[in-house]
Amino acid sequence: MRFILPLAGLAALAVMPMWLSEYGLGLMIGLVTYVTLASAWALFSGHTRYISLATAAFYGTGAYVVAVLNEVLPYPLVLLSAAGVGLAMALVVGLSTLRLAGIYFVIFTFGLAELVRQLITWYEVNVTGTLGRYIFLDVTARGIYWQMLALGAATIALTAWVHRSRLGLALRVVGDDEVVAAHSGIPLARTKLVAFALSATILTVAGAIASPRYVYVEPAIVFNPTVSFLTVIMALLGGANRLWGPVLGAAPLFLVFEYLSVHFPDTYPIFLGLLFIAVVFLLPDGVLAGIEKLRARRREARS
Amino acid sequence: MIMTTLILGLVLGGTYALLALGLTLQYGIARIMNLAYGELTLAAAFVLVALFSGLGLSPLAAIVLIAPAGYGVGWLLYTVMMRPLVRRSGASGRLEVDSILATFGLLFVVQGVLLVIFGANLTSISYLDRGVSVLGVSVALNRLIAFGICVVVGGGLALAMTRTRWGLTMRAVALTPGSAPLVGIDVNRVARQGFALGTALAATGGASIAMYQTFSATDGVIFTMKALIIVIMGGVGNVTGALIAGLALGLVETFVATAIDPGLTLAATFAIFLVVLLWRPQGLFGRG
Amino acid sequence: MTLLRVKALAKSFGGLRAVDDVSFTVAEGEIVGLLGPNGSGKTTLINLVSGAFPATAGTVRLGDVTLTGQRADRIARAGVARTFQLVRILPSLTLEENVMIPAVFGARAHWGAAAREVAARALEQVGLAGRAGVTAGELTYIDQKRLELARALAAEPRLLLLDEWLAGLNPTELAEGIALIRALTGSGITIVMVEHIMEAVRALCPRVLVMNSGKLIADGETGTVLADPQVIAAYLGEVSDA
Repeated sequence: MRFILPLAGLAALAVMPMWLSEYGLGLMIGLVTYVTLASAWALFSGHTRYISLATAAFYGTGAYVVAVLNEVLPYPLVLLSAAGVGLAMALVVGLSTLRLAGIYFVIFTFGLAELVRQLITWYEVNVTGTLGRYIFLDVTARGIYWQMLALGAATIALTAWVHRSRLGLALRVVGDDEVVAAHSGIPLARTKLVAFALSATILTVAGAIASPRYVYVEPAIVFNPTVSFLTVIMALLGGANRLWGPVLGAAPLFLVFEYLSVHFPDTYPIFLGLLFIAVVFLLPDGVLAGIEKLRARRREARS
Repeated sequence: MIMTTLILGLVLGGTYALLALGLTLQYGIARIMNLAYGELTLAAAFVLVALFSGLGLSPLAAIVLIAPAGYGVGWLLYTVMMRPLVRRSGASGRLEVDSILATFGLLFVVQGVLLVIFGANLTSISYLDRGVSVLGVSVALNRLIAFGICVVVGGGLALAMTRTRWGLTMRAVALTPGSAPLVGIDVNRVARQGFALGTALAATGGASIAMYQTFSATDGVIFTMKALIIVIMGGVGNVTGALIAGLALGLVETFVATAIDPGLTLAATFAIFLVVLLWRPQGLFGRG
Repeated sequence: MTLLRVKALAKSFGGLRAVDDVSFTVAEGEIVGLLGPNGSGKTTLINLVSGAFPATAGTVRLGDVTLTGQRADRIARAGVARTFQLVRILPSLTLEENVMIPAVFGARAHWGAAAREVAARALEQVGLAGRAGVTAGELTYIDQKRLELARALAAEPRLLLLDEWLAGLNPTELAEGIALIRALTGSGITIVMVEHIMEAVRALCPRVLVMNSGKLIADGETGTVLADPQVIAAYLGEVSDA
């Protein structure tokens, strides 16, 4: 049962494009992208409670790698390069901050998207003399959808495996008490670094896969802070430390986001910000934990 | 050339120091990591522009209004938003994560409001934009006035923190919030004061930025980032450290902007941050 | 055979020398009390041996392994387990998971059924058998203390450091606690215990070390040391320079 239901769901999602309109498919690509981003984010931040605000930095980097390399290298190698660049970035951030208190990590990731954006802008303006690139790839919308679906499924499978592995147990201990973790024999920096690097690499590849949808790419478009913001709120809403939490949060919030950005193009950031604050206040551990708490209270009331 | 960099850098650094001072009060005393700090700064900058071009109010008079308004906004934010989080977290250490998340949401709210009211365009005012010679370097008068404000406010606060009983109370809470109640300090009140005062400093800093610099509603992250890094450099809760580190960052940034490229100033800030992280994570002026 | 060798160990915090030129050895299977007034450097010593922070000078060796300069997790894997002065449990994990941690990440690196077996045995040893699935955050204080000891035992350590593990217990619990530690001593484990409760020290430790102002001022047979005028003076606060 544990495998049948997710696999059946995956199969259903995989054949869905046969019946979808162009618009519907676009919507599904966005939805699956955010499910992937939120799940990948939670892979590191969910258990450790190290809040990464750098999703847009990795996602944008992935898109940019494709923009730069799409005419030079075959597609699979482009994706591989994106993964490599994301991994390298994660190692730089992780090695300089994860040995220290969590706050340094938060601060570093907070400005990272803006930093990468400015660096690329500077490089493009001063060295290559162009700001903005085109992506001409022979990938259809369906192709993007299937790739993203595969990445999302792989992310969730990886998370499930991590939850059952030593790494997952170590991450949970780190989230509870780092002092106990160290004195129990857990190598703190390495544990955090491995999980962060995994998570960041997936985020980068997601950006690379999604990039052909943009066609025209420039730093201000792909390094959009809203991506970081949405990813965090989605994972939190569902419950970042649970396997299906990010999926549960991403699906409804993505639709809300789509609706708001179409109907209230100017004011939707305000709504989203308020929604975010509401989640932090009302459901600090996510919907799933909230439901469990409610059930436990009912049971107590009954007995 | 060197003299120009030095003087312009110090003038810019004055504003940064003031911003960092506010943030270090909020994080050091109220224990709130405020990621919406830059947005509050920008809000004050926009209000100054509106008062100046809308009502014809002199920026100096506007600052006298904006600073206490900032205090009021901070007081309200703490009471309505932060205090419940503080109460909920108790001694569990959740407050840091909760405050990061809550103010991350606040960031988008404030930015959204600014975008709706003032739009996404670059904004600036033309106020006392004539050069004055300082040690042979021509500096715009508005920059000098902004620097003067920072020196007076920042220096005054540094004195108050180190010389008065009120400052002693503040520092006591910053050092050991757990034992401050034992000597009769109302930690909640002090934290609220610290947060409100920090917001007032953000507002003052923002208003003085508006006097001489071009800015837009999406610049908040950069201001927060710079203030955060100065706070880390100076040592969390260390007022004098923040002042020195702020001036230093202004100098480095002006040097990078004039000698290399203005597009790399944030990169320079991050480079400094990296050096501090690898070399002295407790801050350049921290203990240990 | 000597297990723990501490030589000229020192730790300074700014100008304060919290541990000042301390040397002693502990034999395999020995149980040693570490005494001294508050602030005399006992917990700092435990922290240095377990690697919570680096020493300013001196060396700590466990068998043939040098512990000084190593990270806490490596020291743990070398066979040192500890409890904390202020009890530290992992509140969001179950009791079984809490106790499994050092078995999984320690020297033996158990996993799966083997790790659960070690955890079950440790929980049984401290009297928490049958509650493996409970979340640790829900425990009472004494049970949290038991859990912390079970966690240290599940590391199957060569050296166990107890930092005031008996503090805060009522008389019945104290008797249980003493019996629990005594039951361990037969197993060949080596224990260094910081303790203020003299009743427990006399009952459990044939030998004690006494610290004052960071220095080791006495080391010997418990009865003799506790009768030493210098030790009594240290406890009464009349610190002489001698």
